Amino acid sequence: MQGHSGGRLMPLVFTLASRNLFHDRVRLIATVIGIVFSIILVTVQIGLFLSFERMVTTMIDHADADLWIVPRGTKCFEDPSLLDERERFRALSIEGVTAATPLVIGFAEWRLPEGGATPVFVVGSNPDKPGLRPWNVIAGGLDQLSTKDAVAVDKSYFERLGVSELGDIAEIRQRKARVAAITEGIRSFTTTPYVFTSFDQARTYIGVATNKATYFLVRIAPGYDAESVRDRIADNIKDDAEVLTTEEFRVRSRAFWLFGTGAGAALFAGALLGIIVGTVIVAQTLYSSTKDHLNEFATLRAIGSSSAYIIKVILWQALLSAVVGFLIAAGIGLIIVYLTANTALPVIMTPGLMVGLLVLTVVMCAVSAISAILEVMRIDPAMVFTR
Amino acid sequence: MTAPMTAPIIEGVDIVQRLGEGAGQVEALKGVSLSLKGGEMTLLMGPSGSGKTTLLSVLGCMLTPTQGTVRILGRATTDARPEDLAEIRRQHVGFIFQSYHLFPTLTAVENVLLVLDVRSDRSSGAFAKATEALATVGLSHKTNSFPRELSGGEQQRVAIARAIVGNASAILADEPTGALDSENGHAIMTVMARIAKDLSRTVLVVTHDPRILPFANRIVRIEDGRIVGEERVSPKHQ
Ligand SMILES: Nc1ncnc2c1ncn2[C@@H]1O[C@H](COP(=O)(O)OP(=O)(O)OP(=O)(O)O)[C@@H](O)[C@H]1O
Ligand SMILES: [Mg+2]
Repeated sequence: MQGHSGGRLMPLVFTLASRNLFHDRVRLIATVIGIVFSIILVTVQIGLFLSFERMVTTMIDHADADLWIVPRGTKCFEDPSLLDERERFRALSIEGVTAATPLVIGFAEWRLPEGGATPVFVVGSNPDKPGLRPWNVIAGGLDQLSTKDAVAVDKSYFERLGVSELGDIAEIRQRKARVAAITEGIRSFTTTPYVFTSFDQARTYIGVATNKATYFLVRIAPGYDAESVRDRIADNIKDDAEVLTTEEFRVRSRAFWLFGTGAGAALFAGALLGIIVGTVIVAQTLYSSTKDHLNEFATLRAIGSSSAYIIKVILWQALLSAVVGFLIAAGIGLIIVYLTANTALPVIMTPGLMVGLLVLTVVMCAVSAISAILEVMRIDPAMVFTR
Repeated sequence: MTAPMTAPIIEGVDIVQRLGEGAGQVEALKGVSLSLKGGEMTLLMGPSGSGKTTLLSVLGCMLTPTQGTVRILGRATTDARPEDLAEIRRQHVGFIFQSYHLFPTLTAVENVLLVLDVRSDRSSGAFAKATEALATVGLSHKTNSFPRELSGGEQQRVAIARAIVGNASAILADEPTGALDSENGHAIMTVMARIAKDLSRTVLVVTHDPRILPFANRIVRIEDGRIVGEERVSPKHQ
């Protein structure tokens, strides 16, 4: 604060607030730790929520379909009911539909080469467009997947699946499964490994009749409106099937995994808990700081300051704690994001979440200031004479 | 001899002030009337516990009297809300508290600036006014010192600078020279006397200090919550 000539760089309320705050280091540290813990808790919960939200639609996102014909009542992508192949032709007969390709999914038992078994989630699709083929292939090739017995597995599941390189051979439903492509980063939030293969081969692995599929992926010709084509297909197919736009299917999957299962509610409850704990800690420290400086606030009142002026000092104190706490929390949050990046459920941080957290921190600290403000409103300026 | 005929700047009429609760309650003022006119320096003298500080806080609108009326520039404050009283203090009153009440986390000049800041005077001139007020009390060399780095007398002078910086119409000073040596005390009282020469301003000084007597226009004596004597004198110092 040295060297101010003429104009001042900072308002005096701000100076007073920051000095009050930094004056008592121990309390400042307590406040900041409270905010940091609270915000990190919220960050992790919401970051996991975003991550989970993104993950539950990964397969839908990679299938690049315009419309999905799904068994009626399908709750999410991983819901393995079956459709009859005739629905495919019914869809193809609709004007504006350029392709309707089959996709089959289902659980199966993977027999490890060395013995033992583990459940896997088989995804079968031909190299057509639209289709759902593995991505991030790091060894072997997608073209190999159409060959007999060929499957693609993710590197991260090698140990679970008892394989370690291209050409390794396991068994699904007494049929050979040869590792022909290896991917990286296709991890399942259900923890059951995905195994990609061709459509026909997948049917034999899962045990699905030849005229059945789980989904038909529809591609629409340019210039046609997805929703009107969807309606026309819907009129033409049987009652046991329904048509969804890709976005509708995403929303449905999210609703099922995040709210149908309670996972989303649990993450939100954790975030809420973080907010409450943080608010209580900050409120507590702001209140005791205000108590300590009561004599000064009374003096301010005695020299005629308005209540608004005094409230400003307290709010600045709250805001400053918020900013310091947020910066530290954001730093630690980014480290957590970095450390969890390659795990099954990485914590996601988006610019929007960052801004939201800053706003949350500021609101939390402002709410915390209420008890301190109520305390200073009770001050009688005459108390300066009794001290 | 100046006997100004102007309306009082502050006027207290039949003030009764009870302090404390229950058995510990004290009647600190038992029907006191005192008016402070422009262009006057009034000394308030009396033994410890006689009610001097209490009277000062009632006249300065810090304490609402149990009975009686306080008028500021002719306007009664009887029904004023705390927020209005704060505004009256902000606009019209400069206090020097018996125990200074400086802000420990603010420097000398910031302590003085605070008075201007609560009045929303944040012009570049505000800083000049604050340094000038500190110069007036002889503290130009200590503007950036914190209260803990100042002696008792220096702290008292910061408190005085804070009271005079806003050009308040009433300066209410509680023992302003208590911690000052005679040289500084004399200098401060000269400043106060100069303020009191302004017909639109008034100065009330609570004191035990006989060295202040030569500056006064009027000496009021209080004992046990009652005014027991009042004499007009002509100031020997300007
Ligand atoms: N908050 C209070 N509660 C009860 N009694 C009080 C309170 N404040 C002051 N008193 C009493 O009121 C009387 C007047 O006090 P006051 O502070 O006005 O005296 P004073 O003349 O300023 O004394 P001093 O010269 O020692 O400063 C004293 O008897 C004091 O004990
Ligand atoms: Mg006193």
